[in-house]
Amino acid sequence: MEFKSLVFYVFSTILLLASLRVITARNPVHSALSLVLAFFTAAGIWLLLEAEFLAITMVLVYIGAVMVLFLFVVMMLDINLIELRRGFWSYLPAGLLVAGLMVLEMVMVLGGANLGLSEPAPLPADYSNTKAVGRLLYTAYVYPFELAAVLLLVAMVAAIALTHRKRNDAKHMSPAEQVKVKKADRLFMVNIKPQKPDAPKEDES
Amino acid sequence: MIMHAMTLTLPDLVPALPEIFVLFMTCAILLLGVTARQTAWSYALTLLTLVGAAAITAFDSSGSPQYAFSGQFVDDPMADVLKLMTYLSGIAVVIYSRAYLIERKLFRSEFFVLLLFATLGMMVMISANHFLVLYIGLELLSLSLYALVALDRENKLATEAAMKYFVLGALASGLLLYGMSILYGLTGTLELNKLAAMVYMGVRSPTLLSFGLVFLVAGLGFKMGVAPFHMWVPDIYQGAPSPVTLFIGSAPKLAAFAFTMRILVDGLQPAVGDWQGMLAVMAVLSMAIGNLAAIMQTNIKRMLAYSTISHMGFLLLGILSGTFAGYSVSMFYAIVYVLMSLGTFGLVVYLSQNGLEAENLDDFKGLNSRHPWLAALMGMLMFSMAGIPPFVGFYAKLSVLQALVGSGWLWLALVAVLFSLIGAFYYLRVVKILYFDSPNAGVLPLSVHADSRALLSLNGLAVLLLGIAPQGLISLCVYAMQMSMQ
Repeated sequence: MEFKSLVFYVFSTILLLASLRVITARNPVHSALSLVLAFFTAAGIWLLLEAEFLAITMVLVYIGAVMVLFLFVVMMLDINLIELRRGFWSYLPAGLLVAGLMVLEMVMVLGGANLGLSEPAPLPADYSNTKAVGRLLYTAYVYPFELAAVLLLVAMVAAIALTHRKRNDAKHMSPAEQVKVKKADRLFMVNIKPQKPDAPKEDES
Repeated sequence: MIMHAMTLTLPDLVPALPEIFVLFMTCAILLLGVTARQTAWSYALTLLTLVGAAAITAFDSSGSPQYAFSGQFVDDPMADVLKLMTYLSGIAVVIYSRAYLIERKLFRSEFFVLLLFATLGMMVMISANHFLVLYIGLELLSLSLYALVALDRENKLATEAAMKYFVLGALASGLLLYGMSILYGLTGTLELNKLAAMVYMGVRSPTLLSFGLVFLVAGLGFKMGVAPFHMWVPDIYQGAPSPVTLFIGSAPKLAAFAFTMRILVDGLQPAVGDWQGMLAVMAVLSMAIGNLAAIMQTNIKRMLAYSTISHMGFLLLGILSGTFAGYSVSMFYAIVYVLMSLGTFGLVVYLSQNGLEAENLDDFKGLNSRHPWLAALMGMLMFSMAGIPPFVGFYAKLSVLQALVGSGWLWLALVAVLFSLIGAFYYLRVVKILYFDSPNAGVLPLSVHADSRALLSLNGLAVLLLGIAPQGLISLCVYAMQMSMQ
């Protein structure tokens, strides 16, 4: 086995184990950290494929930004995993059976399948992966690229529409309303007729 | 290849004008929603956008397929007809749901923005000629729909439905992507035309081709909501707010049809023998499960969800016949089904007034004695769904069966007729409830919303008139399919 294949298999094994850990870990923080590991090994596999730009973006964006934010959220939320996991064991046998069958079928179909792919010729030393990706994104793939931007916009609109709300129990004030307030809104003049106090009756006795 | 694809010229944008127009208008409405106090503006602009897009599509259409964006976008007559129907159902959804939304304080700009984004997603799917574009269009539609289902946050049932929809939708997307990636590995192309050419010339491993196809068809089945991938449909139809159910039950069916046609016919027509059998199994299961389970329902939205499953199964029959005539009648069936579904769910939305959710079959008891015209409309729609002449649902079913028999699937046609007969039972039960039961005590009289009432009447009459004279629509579908398939 040449070195490249060895690296690939090592990365793939770690990736699979980390992914498994994401869904089996008891503590959600551990899940999130395993996900970081999974992303990291995936970036390693991309590096093996000479997709340097994608690999670095994966590390910077997914691990550096998205997962850190995600970790913050997970740490701040009080997630009751026992509640979430109820029924896990009762569904497990059926799930395992289906998954096992699927794997068996896939091995039977794919085992020994030859796609006839050969290793691409090595690229020249001054070849820029970033440039190639950029060129494709803004020419041949400009349509799906712009659509992906729209997709992100929808995600933003949806997130705001679902979480932003006026809370009835919050005691916030509006400065604009406060400035606009007039004397008549707050002060009521009540006209009370002067009344004679009842004459003390003790005197007459 | 990189050098070749580098040019992006202005004529490229012309076929995609409707998409660009809808995108710009949606962003405008989004901005307006932030500043304007009156949601009525968003409402009016949404209608304007859909009408404008229809005008552009009609003006822009040409008799032959036009490709743009390095062959990733296709504008053919099939796409034009389906897009026009999509706008029409968008308009109907917006008008039908206005009063409902106002009453439940959901009349917000976001509803219209998400609805337009979903429409854009459907347009992208209808006009896609590339796996990547198909997938992004699908996600655009799905993401907007998830948010729409959950828009009423106080409603626990809706939130649960949105969660289920989201999880199962993500699973289906995963299946689709897996299938696409296998086909990409096998043929080295994501473009549907080129894929068809590669498959026609023969691929290295036919087993692997059908292996990828299985995942694609399973993903398609999820998105169309056919058995055995139908589990989400009843829960989402029941849980979502009625206007959202109305929307999910209408235009996305056209997009799902286009999606299936693009992948299976545009991309994998040479492998027709492989997918025919899969679709046949799915069609039979859908008709069986849909029609049998619908009989037991007491909630009308749930009943209509099962009815959708059976109708989608019927739709597959036309596609799986694998002939040009089959594709045309399938398109006709999809359009007719959307018309009927709009009317039926529109009535459910219309009757949900004064704090009442007209969700249960009991809420429709004796509608005839309260509102004879609405009851007549509902009756017509039910007759049409059951496939009873002279309503258009009958011709839709008949033409699909003809195409099926014509291509030698006699046993399948017999099964379809059998299950349609079983299905007629629960549609006719609704008619019985409308006309022969006495209304529940203490039902409040309905207030009149002239706009949606007029459109509902038009919708119901269209089902009747198209049934008396279906030739125009049928020949339009045949023409569109003929021009697109050459």
